[in-house]
Amino acid sequence: MKTETFKIFPLGIDALSVEFGNEISFRLNDKAVNLAEYFKEKRFAGLIETVPAYASLTVFFDVFKVRKNFPEFATAFEAVKNLIENSLQNSAKLRKSKPRLIEIPVNFSKEFALDLDFVAAQNNLTKEQAVEIFTEKTYRVFMLGFMPAFAYMGEVDERIAAPRKQTPRLIVPKGSVGIAGRQTGIYPFDSPGGWQIIGRTDFELFTPRIENPCALKAGDLVKFYASDK
Amino acid sequence: MSILIKKAGILTTVQDLGRNGFRRFGINQNGAMDKIAVRLINSLLANDENTAVLEMHYPAAEILFEERAIFALGGADFSAELNGKALENWRMHYAEKGSTLKFKDKIFGNRAYLAVKNGFKIEKWLGSASTNLKAGIGGFQGRKLQNGDRLPFHQITNRKPQIANFKVSHLLIPFYSKFPTVRVVEGAEFELLTAISRENFLNRNFTITPNSDRMGFRLRGEPLQLLHEKELVSSAVNFGTIQFLPDGQMIVLMADHQTSGGYPRIANVIPTDLPLLAQLGANDKFAFHLIKIEEAENLLMRFEKDLNFLKIAAKFI
Repeated sequence: MKTETFKIFPLGIDALSVEFGNEISFRLNDKAVNLAEYFKEKRFAGLIETVPAYASLTVFFDVFKVRKNFPEFATAFEAVKNLIENSLQNSAKLRKSKPRLIEIPVNFSKEFALDLDFVAAQNNLTKEQAVEIFTEKTYRVFMLGFMPAFAYMGEVDERIAAPRKQTPRLIVPKGSVGIAGRQTGIYPFDSPGGWQIIGRTDFELFTPRIENPCALKAGDLVKFYASDK
Repeated sequence: MSILIKKAGILTTVQDLGRNGFRRFGINQNGAMDKIAVRLINSLLANDENTAVLEMHYPAAEILFEERAIFALGGADFSAELNGKALENWRMHYAEKGSTLKFKDKIFGNRAYLAVKNGFKIEKWLGSASTNLKAGIGGFQGRKLQNGDRLPFHQITNRKPQIANFKVSHLLIPFYSKFPTVRVVEGAEFELLTAISRENFLNRNFTITPNSDRMGFRLRGEPLQLLHEKELVSSAVNFGTIQFLPDGQMIVLMADHQTSGGYPRIANVIPTDLPLLAQLGANDKFAFHLIKIEEAENLLMRFEKDLNFLKIAAKFI
């Protein structure tokens, strides 16, 4: 039997983080995503939002409302900590939802694949081999961050892993698909950035004027396929 | 039914108390740097405290009221004048149609707020009128204001509006200072600082470098050291999170911070003291003071109670 380990610490007085570990793994990320799902269904008075990351979940709350609704605790921090411990102790409550699979077309032609030569050469591969290795695998969205709708996905095969650029580009074009270490991601709009760019997609990650403006969320599965669009 | 921005000033944006519920998508909160100033002047005008306001830096905007309005100013003191007459912060003011609001001098602070009674007409994006400059959305066309912009506002109805002659209580206004002590609570990696570094963190002064903006304040001071290196996988961060950078210096995350980060988290500035920091600018100095969570929560609870008195009083005007 494996005991579930986690650590809870304050992130200011209006947020706390539950840390399940300190590594990039499906197992730890699952815990974060499942706990986020749990609080989506079981909202508590004063909850503002939860933010899953690689191996943690951060819970933001309204101190005033939590204090009013849970007067038996000395602090809002203690009250929310207690809610989390209870939900984690009864892990049966944490249903695992079936992840979505999203397929994304990528154009790997020279004009878009700004660093594909580098990534291939770095790993003693041809460009075609690098693309094949990249598109073979199904990736997981671990978390979103850095900018609106930017998904940190992984892990790419070690054979195509590549370091960040020494000097970040001032503008990485919207839709650029990049690699950094064993992570991959897509720039939702033009932005400065240091990832190695291996292709471009016309898949819209960020559609501001709708209720759910981001196409991907933590826990999703993503499969890339070559396209000449 | 509008104000006309005759001169935009260096960085004038539409803000409210921030955009919640979308941090998991990397959509940061944005919102006013000095949220308490916004809550106070909105409450004074009997607006909902989350009503959209203008946040101005210095040089600030020059504004023409194309319709009569009741308004209030708060936060920084930029020596405001309405048709040449000096205006006090934290008070209700009345502008006749055709009046001009100017800011003549930077007396104190770095961010001034203008609220109009009944609020500006700003289409909300994801529940907030705040401007997300990075994504170019929210607020007024997703950008800072430019000369010639017109911001419509909800008109006041009374023929002869009553301008109450009272001011926000000094008990509610943050203890702004040119050299403040900013209270913090411990962060996850506070214990990772060496004993000497912990001492330095709590006893030395830190300077805000010019490389600071609405995203974060980069500090300069005695470099700090960790007991041992720690690589962290990224996790969510907060407004006021103090991160330890590899060169031993710190950054305090401000209103436009990214949603996640991977640097050690030394401490977090408490919400009631964030305004003290938000009103500082490049080369200003301040010190940290560590308190317990319970004390920090009690400070906020007291503020909320006092603010409620202001809201009740303002409704009877």
